[in-house]
Amino acid sequence: MEDNRVIKTKDVNFYYGKFRALTDISMDFEKNRVTALIGPSGCGKSTLLRLLNRMNDLIDGTRVEGEVLFEGKNIYDPEVDPVEIRRRIGMVFQKPNPFPKSIFSNITYGPRLAGLSDRVELEALAEQSLKQAVLWDEVKDILGQSAMMLSGGQQQRLCIARALAMKPDVLLMDEPTSALDPISTAKIEELIQDLKRQYTIIIVTHNMQQAARISDKTGFFYIGKLIEYSATEKIFTRPDVKQTEDYITGRFG
Amino acid sequence: MTRRLKEIIIKRIFFLFACVSILILGLIVTFLFREGIPIFRIVSVPDFLLGGEWYPTFDPPAFGIWPLIVGSFIVTFFSTLIAVPLGVLSAVYISEVAPRPLKEVLKPLIELLAGIPSVVLGFFGMVVLAPWLQDTFDLPTGLNIVNASLMLALMAIPTISSIAEDALYTVPREFKEASYALGATKSETILKVIIPSALSGISTAVILGMARAIGETMVVLMVAGGAAAIPESLFDSVRPMPASIAAEMGEAPFRSEHYHALFATGIVLFLLTLAFNLIADYVSHKFKEVGSGTL
Repeated sequence: MEDNRVIKTKDVNFYYGKFRALTDISMDFEKNRVTALIGPSGCGKSTLLRLLNRMNDLIDGTRVEGEVLFEGKNIYDPEVDPVEIRRRIGMVFQKPNPFPKSIFSNITYGPRLAGLSDRVELEALAEQSLKQAVLWDEVKDILGQSAMMLSGGQQQRLCIARALAMKPDVLLMDEPTSALDPISTAKIEELIQDLKRQYTIIIVTHNMQQAARISDKTGFFYIGKLIEYSATEKIFTRPDVKQTEDYITGRFG
Repeated sequence: MTRRLKEIIIKRIFFLFACVSILILGLIVTFLFREGIPIFRIVSVPDFLLGGEWYPTFDPPAFGIWPLIVGSFIVTFFSTLIAVPLGVLSAVYISEVAPRPLKEVLKPLIELLAGIPSVVLGFFGMVVLAPWLQDTFDLPTGLNIVNASLMLALMAIPTISSIAEDALYTVPREFKEASYALGATKSETILKVIIPSALSGISTAVILGMARAIGETMVVLMVAGGAAAIPESLFDSVRPMPASIAAEMGEAPFRSEHYHALFATGIVLFLLTLAFNLIADYVSHKFKEVGSGTL
């Protein structure tokens, strides 16, 4: 069943300067599944997420040990181009971050850089991506207007559409609903359920109900360590480790 | 004394101080106009602005400042042409590309350039650049448009660079991350996201740099050559407005026609720099609402 595990981390340690943010993380992420990473603030879950598409490269003074295998290949191998990795592993951030450009330009930013220039194809791609992100009906008549005019929830769905337009294999989501109202949150959760048929989704969330609702597998992190990782149902009903249970039942965190 | 009374007194004191600078500005402007306007009893406004001959001490005198206006604009234009790419690109380099240790050296160095007294730059233009230009291009004089533009560019670069860098610095990190996450390289991110997002700030930087160049006196007085004629080549001398005022004011008899004409030139210069500042203000406000994703 080698094929099913899209991303594997092997004994990953991560340092911000001298501070060790992650300790010996070994984890497999399965294809077409939603994997949730939970844990209290500062536990390293976002750091791990950003490791998976080399976004941590952008921060000065960071260092990675161990291997992150994407389709069997270490993405931290010196020969690997991080740009190539980021095209195949998309990311949605905590705060909606559309560019101050038109809705259409936001969607086509990535594909254009990747070399797609045919207007008809770009339009088709924009429509398809916006439909996938369930935003098409709301914006189809205002594609030329600034993305900044949209509401927070719409902006976040635009950011998801923008990531989908790259046709990635994996979608990383860093607390994608923490800045949104409950209705927008419900829409995005629904969307995640639809998307997992085509994509592998890894989501960091502070909201345990959210992890329980949408994910197939859940990993619990505490102070840079992966404490427990198994099927979501098991984690939330009969966790093996006491710390996990304490966190989930709200005794700390 | 009650707390309320104290508050009122403190408020009044601040108000007074704020008024002082505005009052002084008002007085200067009033004075400028009072001393400049009488010249228009002798020449009409169009003749003054567009007249091609500036012979204030001849008999009869000619008060046409068109050659001075052209001189000012031409050195401002060419200095902008030199200073904008250098200033903006150095800002991009410092804010986005340079590793941190280098950044910490470069930034104060460029700001130091702003601290060089203009008379020193003028001196450098006179004794180093001018003879070199003269010898290299076989010119009658090295004090000309090229020399003045280069020296003014040196003065405008730090202004442009530090304001542009502030603008680049305020581009939200989220935009950069979004761009990288979509598979953009560093140069693509700089060109397609960071610079466009900072464009209003960069435009402000350019306009303020130009305002700095057009109002600068000492450099153009020393190295522009001082010929009050419409130039025919880049190696001709010109007499920008500030240089003309500075050079002639000492010789113009108090409240003579010449004196009034120089003040009127000052009015033109004042209105021009005011226009530059208003444009800079407009540009910087126009795109202000385009921030990061609002919720």
